[in-house]
Amino acid sequence: MSTPQLNPAQPVLRMTGITKEFAGVRALSGVGLDLYPGEVHALMGENGAGKSTLIKVLTGVHEAEAGTVTLDGVPVRFAGPLQAQQAGISTVYQEVNLCPNLSVAENIFLGREPRRLGRIMWSELRRRARDLLSGLDLEIDVRAPLDTLPLALQQMVAIARAVDIRAKVLILDEPTSSLDREEVAQLFTVIRRLRGEGVAILFVTHFLDQVYDVSDRITVLRDGRLVGEYRTARLPQIELVSAMLGQELGELTDRGRGDRERPAGTPFAEAHGLGRKGAIAPFDLAVRPGEVLGLAGLLGAGRSETARLLAGADRADTGRLTVDGRTATLRSPRAASRRGIAFCSENRRREGIIPDLTVRENIVLALQAARGWVRALPARRTEELVTHWISALHIHPADPEAVVRNLSGGNQQKVLLARWLITEPKLLILDEPTRGIDIGAKAEIQRLVASLAADGMAVVYVSAELEEVLSLSDTVAVLRDRELVATLPNTAELTLDRLMETIATGGTH
Amino acid sequence: MSTTQPRAAAGRGVRTFLAQHRDYVPVMATAVLFALTLEAGNYRYLDFLAGQTIANLFVDNAFLLVIAVGMTFVILTGGIDLSVGAVAALSTMLCATLVEQHGWPPALVIPLVLAAGGLIGGAMGYAIHHFEVQPFIATLAGMFFARGLCYLISTNAIPIDDPVFTTLAQSHVTFPGGVFISWSVVIALAVVAVAFLTLHYTGFGRAVYAVGGNAQSALLMGVPVGRTVIRAYTVSGLCSALGGVLFTLYTLSGYSLHLVGTELDAIAAVVIGGTILAGGSGYVLGTLLGVLVLGVIKTIITFEGTLSSWWTKIAVGTLLFAFVLLQRLMTSRRRA
Amino acid sequence: MPPTVARLAGHRLFWPLALLAALLVTNVAYTPDFFSIQIRDGHLFGSLVDILRLGSPLLLVALGMTLVIAIGGIDLSVGAVVAISGAVACLNISDLADQQSVGGVVVAVLLALGVCVALGVWNGVLVAGIGMQPIIATLILMVAGRGVAQMITSGRIVTVNSEPYHLIGGGYELGLPLSVVIAAAVLVLTGLVVRRTALGLLLESVGGNREASRLVGIRARGLTIAVYAFCALCAAGAGLMVSSNVAAADGNNAGLWIELDAILAVVIGGTSLTGGRFHLGGTAIGALVIQTLSTTVYTVGVPPESTLVFKALVVMAVCLLQSPAFRAKVLSRKLPRRSDTGVGAPAAGTATSTGSSRSSTPASAAQSPKEATTL
Repeated sequence: MSTPQLNPAQPVLRMTGITKEFAGVRALSGVGLDLYPGEVHALMGENGAGKSTLIKVLTGVHEAEAGTVTLDGVPVRFAGPLQAQQAGISTVYQEVNLCPNLSVAENIFLGREPRRLGRIMWSELRRRARDLLSGLDLEIDVRAPLDTLPLALQQMVAIARAVDIRAKVLILDEPTSSLDREEVAQLFTVIRRLRGEGVAILFVTHFLDQVYDVSDRITVLRDGRLVGEYRTARLPQIELVSAMLGQELGELTDRGRGDRERPAGTPFAEAHGLGRKGAIAPFDLAVRPGEVLGLAGLLGAGRSETARLLAGADRADTGRLTVDGRTATLRSPRAASRRGIAFCSENRRREGIIPDLTVRENIVLALQAARGWVRALPARRTEELVTHWISALHIHPADPEAVVRNLSGGNQQKVLLARWLITEPKLLILDEPTRGIDIGAKAEIQRLVASLAADGMAVVYVSAELEEVLSLSDTVAVLRDRELVATLPNTAELTLDRLMETIATGGTH
Repeated sequence: MSTTQPRAAAGRGVRTFLAQHRDYVPVMATAVLFALTLEAGNYRYLDFLAGQTIANLFVDNAFLLVIAVGMTFVILTGGIDLSVGAVAALSTMLCATLVEQHGWPPALVIPLVLAAGGLIGGAMGYAIHHFEVQPFIATLAGMFFARGLCYLISTNAIPIDDPVFTTLAQSHVTFPGGVFISWSVVIALAVVAVAFLTLHYTGFGRAVYAVGGNAQSALLMGVPVGRTVIRAYTVSGLCSALGGVLFTLYTLSGYSLHLVGTELDAIAAVVIGGTILAGGSGYVLGTLLGVLVLGVIKTIITFEGTLSSWWTKIAVGTLLFAFVLLQRLMTSRRRA
Repeated sequence: MPPTVARLAGHRLFWPLALLAALLVTNVAYTPDFFSIQIRDGHLFGSLVDILRLGSPLLLVALGMTLVIAIGGIDLSVGAVVAISGAVACLNISDLADQQSVGGVVVAVLLALGVCVALGVWNGVLVAGIGMQPIIATLILMVAGRGVAQMITSGRIVTVNSEPYHLIGGGYELGLPLSVVIAAAVLVLTGLVVRRTALGLLLESVGGNREASRLVGIRARGLTIAVYAFCALCAAGAGLMVSSNVAAADGNNAGLWIELDAILAVVIGGTSLTGGRFHLGGTAIGALVIQTLSTTVYTVGVPPESTLVFKALVVMAVCLLQSPAFRAKVLSRKLPRRSDTGVGAPAAGTATSTGSSRSSTPASAAQSPKEATTL
């Protein structure tokens, strides 16, 4: 793919042929990236595309198997972020990596405090911090403890620290994920200013609007490979989305289930203006018995956030939810579970399995929690249920006493499904149930979902793969930049193209 | 974290004040508490605020002050050290046995004792950092170990009448007006001063705060986290040993059962002094105030006569509860 | 190694039992009739019976501690609770007009147990309700509780002369000391309750993964409070045994350092301090190991207080063996462990990143075993 040369100057940073494997699995293969002084370069890609691996290779957290990194034309290899920083490559993360308890001034200069006779000169330190921040047009009390500032300002402080280290390359790793509109604008002002001063900025984000707002060029990765490098101004949003998702426009056959009759009747659960500040804008959504409601959108668009509100995993701060026609305030997952709502989190390891317990124990857990501790599930009933679900879902090893920690990801996922299915829920909410598991298990889970819906269960299905959403869902809810932008019946007209277009543009045209 | 519109400007003002100055609020609370306890004592007893009573506060608690200073370092990194009382007791035993029973010169014994304390502390820090053993369990083992060594040396108290020790113990610094303090107080205050300068004006000191605030970030910002943690426990071991030496001077004896429960007093002093148990926030001068508050409470209880020693424990426990609760409220607001 | 022996050695109770056996055998070397048990007046006597009798309070405390640790907590206040329980009971009995009245003693005992359960609830509320770290929350009662115990007895040692009360620590039932019977009964009952109901499963779930347990709908708060209350109840029972055995309540020394012995017993028994899986049987063996150790030290003639050094070494050794970091850094280069497969690529990724972020000086890990064991 030929790239229009934006900048006649030498790239300050050039990565070529970067290849990285984890335990035999390719995370990156032959990825290259050029970064020029004075540009904002967006790095885009869905989950598993290799963005964070690439950044970690660049900053020396990981060592690449192959490929070179040159900084100002000189080959470099860093032992860690610290060394990268000293060479002029600074990273600002989404979770601000500063010390919350220290003052603003100190956070900027920690480790490089001005000293005299080994003694830290506090007044000098504060003066320099003030100068630096006012140079960025920021009015921040440099004596205030960092965590008394809003997140956006904390990020500015992190950037100020990077600037003071004389960063030639500034990596912003999803800095805007928790910022509101004004804060983003404030951040962009600083970014543009730095660009004007010749800093090369690598900007990782999921927000399409922001990419078009601030970036000059875009590099798209997918499944560890370079898809292409584009000039932002010349790349329509729809093509960007298509590049990220790996779907060529117009070439797709409709694999949806559009001909299926859409379940009618009263919704089992209905959200009215349900929302949570900083997570998802208020939305209306309904799911009927026998219906699969797919949530589609790019990473960070608010898919999981929506699912979590419906499941009571996070508490909504506006709006209301009705379940079976009655208003239900879900204060806890327990409250949701009592109303027949089951939820499998996308984070299997942290929020799903109890790693040290056995398959049997993990499977009965939800049912047991609902029964309370006194009424233990009778041993025979447990055995029946567990044996049934192990064979029904083909859980391997088919040993109820196997420790869940030792199962593969796909089998752990099946254990979690079994855990909820034995409670016979009316609404099953699955957040990325097929991510990171092998193809066989994936197909099994998809078939299971379809048959559960056919038997009358309501299902909310979150997936990053649009094809999966389309092939499973009766209705597709599209999310974009933390907002529900469209709810589309999965009829014959809803093609992948249409869906991508809605994701890219918000369905406004 | 998000910017909510203020509903009541006044309430917001107070909260902003609390937020901006939250590092000082607990210390200020301690200072007020100290003043109140002094005033309470003064209200009840005629000569309570006499110079010598105040001076004795320092004299009687010099050893605790030094131990609590070491504890401050550890708690600031987000850890805890349960071994301080045992290490201090081991120091009294080592001083007594080496000087009295083996006839070693104090000039050699004291540095040796300090080195031993630092070594125990450093070893615990090493296990905590490199093997990720929980601080309380590592220092619990250290506590058993040091106490056990005491018993192995001797189960009896060993009195000291070495001239160097007795002279040191008995000589005083007298102020105009006849008020006097022991040299231990001078040493303890010097330790506070050195600790203050270290914590606020050196890289190691700032690293202690940074590690307590967020060790992961600190590492990314180039702070040598491992070295800082190990050093903090070493400082605590060293301070415990020095506290033990001062206690040896105070009682002129070494005994395995000396200083049982001192770790709790030290932790209480640090917490009452406004250091947050989660680490990263607090002042060594607050620890000084915390020790003094404990001292005043003990003095009042002594003056009262009818009040018995257990009230000290109950009072310390109650204060500990109050300050931990205060911390909890402040940090939950902060993380909300 | 033949496979059966290897399987045996792999059993989680193998090492605690081996330790116990080694200690017992050591005793025989010094006291040839160590294993002999006589029957006098229908009661069993002998060194083994003594170990059981003296170990009963520790076993009780360790049982409660096991459940607290399983749910991811720790209770440092059990020693103080032991003292308070004895103090409340003895004070009430000494105030009785007739100390031999069974009814009066029962009331006193129930009162002591009730007060202690309330203290346990207090701990539980601080941890689960207010969200304090368990170490800190129970440290408060550890400090203040001993003062309370002394306050209750007015700083004196309250002696009682009550036959019914003395039975708890000194009586016999079924040929065994009553305290042994009580401790065994509590052990069996607790085992039945946690394993026959779903309580054990829910505790292990909360201790193993708190957030996942919340999403499953387990009410961790109530469980946590109940577990701390149970722990205090066990400690109260131990306090009754201790004070009944000597017919006196000593607010200052009763139960001193028992929290440490209890934690040690739990750890020796194979329950991890990080919470999750717990083993009541292992804890029982752990408690016996510690009591046998004390006895052994007496028979061998080492100063009894040196047990502390030994305990320190055992605690450190067990904790290091439980520490994944230690296993990764030290053991892995000696013996190739069978790798826990099924973790796959993401785990390898995190291992690399934590590895590189934590140890700034990888080379220093090489000299670690020596330093660690000198603790």
